[in-house]
Parts: sequence; structure tokens; C-alpha cells
Amino acid sequence: MKWIDFEKPKTVEDAVKLLSDSGGNARPMAGGTDLIVQLRVGDPRVNADVVVDIKSIPELNELSYSSSKGLTIGAAVECYKIYGDANVNSHFSALNDSATLIGGTQIQGRASFGGNLCNAAPSGDSIPNMIAHGAVATIAGPSGTREVPVEDICTGPRQTLIGDDELLVSINFPSNGSGFGANYIRFIPRNEMDIAVAGVGASVTIEDGKFTSAKVSLASVAPTPLLVKEAGESLVGETVSEEAIQNAANLAKAAAKPISDMRGTADYRKHLCDVLTRRALNTAVERAQGAS
Amino acid sequence: MTTADYERNMVLATDTDYKVIGTRPVRHDGADKVTGRAIYGADFDAAGLLHGKILRSPHAHAKIISIDTSKAEKLDGVKAVVTSKDFPQSESRKDQWLKDNILASDKALYAGQAIAGVAASNPHVAESALGLIEVEYEVLPPVLTTQEAMASNASILHDSLTTEELGEDTGVVSNVASHSQHVKGDISKGFEDADVIIEREYNTKTVHQGYIEPHNATALWSPDGRLHVWCSTQGSFVVRDSLAELLDLPVSMVRVTPTEIGGGFGGKIPIYVEPVAALLSRKTGAPVKIVMSRRETFEASGPTPGSQIKIKIGAKHDGTLTAAYAWMAMEAGAYPGSPVGAAVQCVFSTYDVENSTIDGFDVVVNKPKTAAYRAPGAPNAAFGAEQAINELAEKLGMDPIELRLKNVAKEGTRRPDGPVFGKIGAKEVLEAMRDHPHYQSDKAEGTGRGVSIGFWFNIGFDSACNIAVNKDGSVNLTEGSTDIGGSRTSIAMHAAEVLGIPVEDVRPSVVDTDTIGFTAVTGGSRTTFATGWAAYEAAQDVKKQCIERAAKIWDVDANGLQMEDGVISSKSDSELRMTFKELAEQLSDTGGGISGSASVNPSGVGGSFAGNIADVSVDPETGKTTVERFTCVQDVGKAIHPSYVEGQMQGGSVQGIGWALNEEYFMNDEGTMTNSSLLDYRMPTSLDLPMIDTVIVEVANPGHPFGVRGVGEANIVPPTPTIANAIYDATGKRMTQLPMSPGAILSVSPE
Repeated sequence: MKWIDFEKPKTVEDAVKLLSDSGGNARPMAGGTDLIVQLRVGDPRVNADVVVDIKSIPELNELSYSSSKGLTIGAAVECYKIYGDANVNSHFSALNDSATLIGGTQIQGRASFGGNLCNAAPSGDSIPNMIAHGAVATIAGPSGTREVPVEDICTGPRQTLIGDDELLVSINFPSNGSGFGANYIRFIPRNEMDIAVAGVGASVTIEDGKFTSAKVSLASVAPTPLLVKEAGESLVGETVSEEAIQNAANLAKAAAKPISDMRGTADYRKHLCDVLTRRALNTAVERAQGAS
Repeated sequence: MTTADYERNMVLATDTDYKVIGTRPVRHDGADKVTGRAIYGADFDAAGLLHGKILRSPHAHAKIISIDTSKAEKLDGVKAVVTSKDFPQSESRKDQWLKDNILASDKALYAGQAIAGVAASNPHVAESALGLIEVEYEVLPPVLTTQEAMASNASILHDSLTTEELGEDTGVVSNVASHSQHVKGDISKGFEDADVIIEREYNTKTVHQGYIEPHNATALWSPDGRLHVWCSTQGSFVVRDSLAELLDLPVSMVRVTPTEIGGGFGGKIPIYVEPVAALLSRKTGAPVKIVMSRRETFEASGPTPGSQIKIKIGAKHDGTLTAAYAWMAMEAGAYPGSPVGAAVQCVFSTYDVENSTIDGFDVVVNKPKTAAYRAPGAPNAAFGAEQAINELAEKLGMDPIELRLKNVAKEGTRRPDGPVFGKIGAKEVLEAMRDHPHYQSDKAEGTGRGVSIGFWFNIGFDSACNIAVNKDGSVNLTEGSTDIGGSRTSIAMHAAEVLGIPVEDVRPSVVDTDTIGFTAVTGGSRTTFATGWAAYEAAQDVKKQCIERAAKIWDVDANGLQMEDGVISSKSDSELRMTFKELAEQLSDTGGGISGSASVNPSGVGGSFAGNIADVSVDPETGKTTVERFTCVQDVGKAIHPSYVEGQMQGGSVQGIGWALNEEYFMNDEGTMTNSSLLDYRMPTSLDLPMIDTVIVEVANPGHPFGVRGVGEANIVPPTPTIANAIYDATGKRMTQLPMSPGAILSVSPE
């Protein structure tokens, strides 16, 4: 392990300047629960000369809600603040499925959804959930800010379209109306402290017993978290039924492109996509019907 | 005993006459450990301390063509680099193998094997230097299972290894180090007499003990030629003697100070980083500390083997076992010495079978050299044998515990491997299981129930203890058994019982190899048995001297005095009475201090049996098993400190459950472990387990003054077959492979 400089800017502008001045060798750090471990083991993909701690920047600590703007979660907001937030609990309670699942209690005191997204692990437990919620990321760079849907951010294992000179500022979740329900579940062989063998985020909106919108997103079964558009679209207009949900689960299973490794075989992971999609959609439906 | 008499954790005691034995005092080292003050190996610091790191082979099987350390040596901050060339010349093949497992010479035989060591002014420089060492390898195909290793066209690990067949060297070069066989009666006749026969093959994967503290050592080789090593070990004298052998030193030139130990379970008996630290210290003249990472601990210490086990058993319609056959091949790892020799002593020892044959094969493969792990070999064997017994019970229409009771070994039964049992508690354990409210209760909807029983023989070996009386009436107790499970206190309780003083008045210390007589490893469930016995004898020595001193003070015949409950008194004159404390105050004025000592090598070892009852549920869609209820019953002889005995029973159960469900070395085709982290090596956490209920059965061992058998190991033997039997009951699936992970369960069809 080599010597690494540490910077703690107070503004988005200063952070972006540090990033762009470093020639691609700076890494932003929120909780550091991934980054510090990667630096410590000498992960060649994280060859940083400068670590830019973003926890002192106000925009990255924003956690706010309004019915018009929806929910905004700053990139550095820790999981424990998310599941402790009244607005999250009132309007976006399914986000807690991820916030309470990432790491253990100590990790949840540091880890953030923003960091989870930028780390871009195929197994990131918050990413399919954000995708299922239709979340949009705000990214700041030298030439201003841009907005990108979360499902487009990850481009490969631990790769994103966020540039070396750019900074993820926040993630916005549009307001959902009545009849909305969502869920994220993952399968792990243990009950805690483990990495998803497969994970599924699902959201539905139900009006008069019919799906008016739906999204299904998968974790750990492709190089990136996947939005399975056809699975969600297959539900729209359908009456809520076991058959409709099973059909969506079949589409999710078909879309999965997993590898075999120590966490599970490809066949087993595809099978889990079926099981978990069904279970996640059923829970989302229960929540939607409970909410309406 | 009726079921209503049971409590959650209970002791079925045979003796209640003791004052200290059988109580649950606070452990002497407790405050230091819960406040973080206890000193572990990684805490060690010294002026001028250098930090060592080890370069390891990325290949599972490769010839080492050359090692060039010149660039690393020139790096600023690097103080020394060592390779196998720094060891003294080897005198035998076995001696060379021991050295090669510390630093490889001509061949790397597993991914992670040490190649070179670097000492530098800080760990980061040492790490950087590793990248500057140039090693040229000729990569060879790896051999990763006993099946691959025993195949006729197998890649050969050692050109010099020839198979020993039933004690005779065959001269044939192969990966099979040895084949042993134990025969009792006539196996062919036994199967002819059988009405029902069960035959299956079982396979298990390599698993690790999973101790949380990685291996570590600090060495200081003084200019006077003496080597001092501080390390985390289960046996300071083993470290001393191994270092002396490897470094060609008299044992008296090596001093080993054991630090506190964060788990071992058998895996901290061998040495790994100690000799490297020693060689680096000799070159630099400075103390050198090496601490393994978690990855190194998985890839380069001593796990317990994967194995291939074939079981065939036969019985009459009435349940009488007529024949039992086992064929067991176990992975030794890179160098000979798997635990198959122990497995053959355990596989059928619970049963009184007239005809049995057991074949054992010790097989080298391209994985780390295996080390002991809690009843080494026995859980692998039981995974097969105890499933076969349940399968037999089902075919016979008998209750699985009743079938076991019908055939259970008793005092006088000859084991399949030869020895005749003394007093044992196998029957009592099975009866306690049968009568337990868990077994008597109805299964919950959707769950399956499994049972099984396991055996471990336990060992004796050398132990020493010194006890010195302080003038305040307390005693200092020094002993050499490193404490991995509360043994300091259980040993102190032996002395307190004899002297009739509170255990809080005994101050136990685990001391270094210069300070106490030879003491064998903390292993084989021997420590409370043997070192406890040494404390008993040393306390008897103190007691005898106290009586003699009182006789001198009172000017009476010592034969007329007694010492009970900490009071020395005359058997005939009630005026002559003095507490131990009162005597302690006047020792200096009446002839000097008193200290007692003892060195023992007790032979009256008593084996231990442990049985389990488990209820599990299996998610039919994901294959995930949840252990809903788990009960461990064990004959411990006498529970000196029941809380620590229960801790051992629960700990062994938990490790067995992990082994059953998810733990495995996941190797890629190149022979590299891909899950060498605690994230992906899936040991159970507290959230994955129910409370483990315990029943302590006490069938006193006549070979120990308080009846102790030793409790550390038998409890890990039954969990894997118990869980397998429960999964079968829940799903109809007979699981013949470990681990029984969710994916594995889904891939098996019901019978």
C-alpha cells in the first residue's frame, strides 16, 4: 500500500476541481466501506493517489421530500439516516428493504446508496431497488450537472458512466401515487452479512385491480444490475393475478445472464430470478393494496 | 429421569460431593478479555521491531525454477529476504517436507504456499518488496481431490513418495501415502448373515477451523544464539520443538512465550510463520513480527480434508448389526498426514459389531497441508456412517435411537480398530436423547428431524503444574497449556478443590517454555483431563507439605493431622486447628515457603460420545435450510465448569452446522481458492442459528480423580449427519455430499 493524499472539500465545485486536477487518480469517498477495503488490498482497479472525502459537502448530505419534487437522497447519506427518516418511512418505505440489508449495523452507519451505486457491484443491494423506483441520479462535472436514470449508470462490474472528473451529487426518487408498492429481496445462504446470490427489486402501481405500471430489476445475475423492461411491461394493463406475476417472473429469469462462481451456479441463479421476482412482486402488490 | 425434569441446559450429575468442581465461577482471564487488555500476538511490540511479509505461490502445482530476490533486497527499508536456502540442510525426506511447507524449495504444491519472506521497517515496504521478488515457475496440472489423485494417470506431487501398503513400503511412486486396514471378525460372513444391507458413497469438501485470530509470530534471535518466539499457538512446546528441529538447534536454545489465543480448534498446532520470522531475525538481529492476513489464513494454514467415504452396513431384521465396512480416502493436502488414521478409530466405534473391516487411504493433493480440526477425521466418517444407520433404521422400521441402543458399545466392547472400551457413556447419551423433551415432542409442521451420535477417543500426554503458596493464603498456579476454552479456570478449580480454598484464591498463569515442565498441546480434549490432573497432583503435594508444616509447628505426628475445606486439624485434638490462610502467613517464620509441583502423563483416558437431535425446515423453492431446533447431549465424565462445557458443546455444534450447510473451500480449475474471505467462506453467524440446547451426561471416567473425560471434540462429530438426516426427513432427499448448500439440495431428487 502506497501513500495516498486525503482531501475534504466543502463544496461540490471544490470536489469537482480536485477530481479533475488529479488526472484520473482521485477517488471520491463517502462511507469508504468499499473504497478503503479496495485500497487496503491493493485492488488494481482503484489505484488512487488522492482520496476525496465528500461527507462535508451540504448537497451530498441532503435528505428531503416534497410531493412535487419527490425524495432526494444525497450521495453521502448513510443508510441509517435513510431508514430513520420520516418521509422515507411514509412515502418510500420499500427503500428500507435495502437500507437495512446492506452490511450490518456498523456498516449502515457509514455506507450510502450513492457509494453503493458508484461502486457498481453487480450485487449492490440498493441499485435494483433504486431502478425499480425510477430513480434519477444528479452528476456534477467541470461543465455543470447532468441527470441520468439510475439504470443507465452501471456499465460493467465496478464501472460506471460517471467520469473521473465527475461527482455523484444525489439521487432523486419521483413521487409515487396511491396504489404504489415496491420491494427488494435477495437470496443469501445465510441470514445476514452476505452477498446476494441473486436479488430482485420490484415496483407496481395498481388501480382498480389492474397494474398501471411495474418495474423489475435484478442484482447479481449480469455484469451490472439489470432493468428487465419486458417483465414490467408485461404486467401493465393486466389484472393482478398469479399468472401475470409468474409470466413476469419467467421474463426476468430469461433476461438473467449469470455466471457460475462460489456464490452459486448460473442455473441456480436463473432459477432464483424466477422465485425472487415472484416473491418481490407479491410483496409489492401486498404493499400497493395496503397503501391504497 | 422424566422429561419434565429437563431444563434448557442441564447436567445429569453423578456426584454432588464437590465444593468447587461443578460450580460456575467467573473466569480468571475474563476481565482482561472483555476490556480488550489481554495481549494477543498481533499486539506484540518491541523497540526496533521489523515487519515481515511472505511471498506466496500463485500456482497450485509448479516446479520452482529460480527465485531472484536481488531487487527486493535493494528496496529502501528492506532489511532482509529469506528463502528455503536459509534453512539448515535437511537430513531426511520428512524433514525436507516440514521445511518445504514453511518455505518451498523445489516445488510449490498449493496456491498460497510460502516462497520467500521479507523483513522491512514497516509492513507496506515489506509488501512492496514482495512484488520485486522474481520467481520462475514451470506450472504443472493440479490434483485437487482424492479421486483425481488416485487415478492411474494422475499428476504426481512427490517423485519421492512411495505408497506404504499395510505397513510395508511398496516402492511404487504415487499420490497415496499409505493404505491401512483394520479387520475384526469375518466381514463376508457378516454380510451373508444380514437381512438388510445399506451401501452408499459420501463426499465432503475441505473446510477450515475458522478461528478469528490469524496466525502470528514475533521472533528475536539473540547474539548469544538463543531464539525467543512469541506466538499464538495451541502448544508452546510444540513450537519450541518444531523450531529446534527445523533450525537444527537444541531445544534449550529456543524459548517460546505463548500469547493469548483467538481460537485454534486444532489449526494452531502446526507452525507456519514462526520459522520465517526466526530466519529473518537471525539475518537482521532485530525482532521480526509476521501476522497472516485472512486470505493467508485460509490458503496457507491447515484446514481439514475433503474426503471420499464408502459405507456398507448389514443387519438382521431385529436390528442386530452383523457387518460394517468403511472405505475412506482423505486428502492430506500437499504432504502426507491426513486425519484418516483417527477416522478409522471412530467410524463404527459407537457400535458393538461382530464383523467389520475399515480401509483408510492417506492421499496427497495440491491443497494446503491439512492440520487437526476438532476430532479430526471423525466428522467426515460420521457423515457417512451415521446416515447409513438412519437409513437402516428406516428400512427396518425401527426408531433410529432404538436401533443405536440395540447395538451400542459398552464397557468391554472391542472397537473395530482393536482397543477394548473401559467405562463409557454411549448408552447413557442415547437414553438421554431418547428421553429428551425435544425428541419426545411432535415435529412442527413442515420440519424434518434428524439424530445421530459421534465418538472421539481423547488423549492424555504430558502436562506439568507448579503451585506456590502466597502469604495471604492464595496460591500462584503456573501451567503450560495455552488456554483456548477456559482451561485456566478449570485447571485452577482442580487445585482449589484439593486445597479447600475458593477458586478466586488461585491465580493461574500460562507460562513460557523456560518456566514450566514439558506440556503437550492443547488438543485431543486433553487439557482439563491431563493438566487438570497435574494441578490435582501439585495441589496434593502442597497439601502434604501444609500438613507436615502444621505438625512441625504443633510438634505432633503428621499422620494424626488432616486438611479439609482449607482447614488443617488434628484428628484427635480439637484444639489443634488452623486455616490454610493462617498457616500461609507464618510459612516464612516456620521453615520457608511451600510450593508443589507435578508432571504427569496419565493413561486413564476416557473417550467421549456426543449425540444430536435437530429439527430443520427446507425452503422447497430455494433449497435453503433453517435449523429450527438443535439439542446436543454429551457424556463428559465430569463437568468441572459446566458453563465452559456447555460452551464447548455449543461451539462444536455450531461448527458442525456450518460444515453441514455452507462451508467449503471453493477451488477453481487451477486449484486456487476463490472464497478465501469471511464474506464468502460462509460460517454461520448468530442470526443463522437457534439456541443450542445442551444436556451434560456424567458417566465418570475412572481414569481421572474427578472423572473427567475431555469435552472439546466429540460434539463436532454428529452435526453433519444429524442435519443430513433431518433434511432427508423434511424433503425425502438423501444428501451424500457436503456442504448441503441451497443449490446442492435443489439439485438432488427425493429418494
